[in-house]
Amino acid sequence: MRPIATTRSATGIPTGRLAVWWVIASEIVIFGGLLASYLMHRLGHPEFAGPDFAGATTTWIGATNTFVLLTSSLFAVKAHDAAQKGNGPRAANFLWCTFGGGAMFLCIKAMEWTQEISHGYVITKNAFWSFYYVAAGIHASHVIGGMVIMAILSSDVRNNRELQRVELIGNYWHFVDLIWIFLFPLLYIAK
Amino acid sequence: MSDHGHAHDHKGHGDHGHGDHADHPSYEKTYGILLVLLLVSIAGPEIGIKWVTLVTAFGIAIVKAYLVASRFMHLNIEKRIVSYLLLAAVAFLFLFFAGVSPDVMKHRGNNWENMAAQDEVDRATTEAHNAPAAHH
Repeated sequence: MRPIATTRSATGIPTGRLAVWWVIASEIVIFGGLLASYLMHRLGHPEFAGPDFAGATTTWIGATNTFVLLTSSLFAVKAHDAAQKGNGPRAANFLWCTFGGGAMFLCIKAMEWTQEISHGYVITKNAFWSFYYVAAGIHASHVIGGMVIMAILSSDVRNNRELQRVELIGNYWHFVDLIWIFLFPLLYIAK
Repeated sequence: MSDHGHAHDHKGHGDHGHGDHADHPSYEKTYGILLVLLLVSIAGPEIGIKWVTLVTAFGIAIVKAYLVASRFMHLNIEKRIVSYLLLAAVAFLFLFFAGVSPDVMKHRGNNWENMAAQDEVDRATTEAHNAPAAHH
């Protein structure tokens, strides 16, 4: 017995996938609004490029995190591919690889923030650092959320149940990667 | 009620409106392209020319985002309504930017002046010129 929402579709798109796209559309407005606000302030405050502002971020750390997230996105799409072929155990393994990428991202982020905070670059230092910690922090919370969902899904997926959910969490994860693709140049390169 | 545990229920590239999975671009190849673009986006700003930085850092971000959206999220074979939904969200974003940015990015207008913002720019710029180099 399944709820009617999982079987009825007005658009022809499975309801779960459509729901994830709705979530992504709302996240575009959330993150887009935050990044647009940052961009406005950045363009109105040229001092944001200075050494006590964006100049103090470490480009190679941001680049490493970008590499980690891109790799985890590859694992996520490989998990989807395995699920498409009905190979639940393989899909579950790739999901855990994606989870590992998220964990590595968070570890690098934690070390980076520890370093920056120890140098006095805290959230109240100036407007740039407020944006930095809020944007990266909300992104990191989305990474954590995705990891939790992947961990929950993995046991069902490994037993070849609910394989369609691999695509759904994959789409969410790719969007988390997309946000970072825009955050990286804004916070780490434009200085 | 269909059993969503069975593989064939979601072999649905059919329900993406696309039946042939064989000609999908290689995920590994796409990943390689993304890594190359990442390297270019890091190296470009090192040249020190502003337009090169804009193109390599931000232009490449848009290209990378397109590749992830189309090839990893399969937006290119998804039903059109999803693209319309996402574009609608982006349109609202531009509306927000258009409505708010003049007040934030400019510090004076026809009948107003944001002296606090201007003072902050002057203060921070002066401090940056006078401060020793950052230890990053």
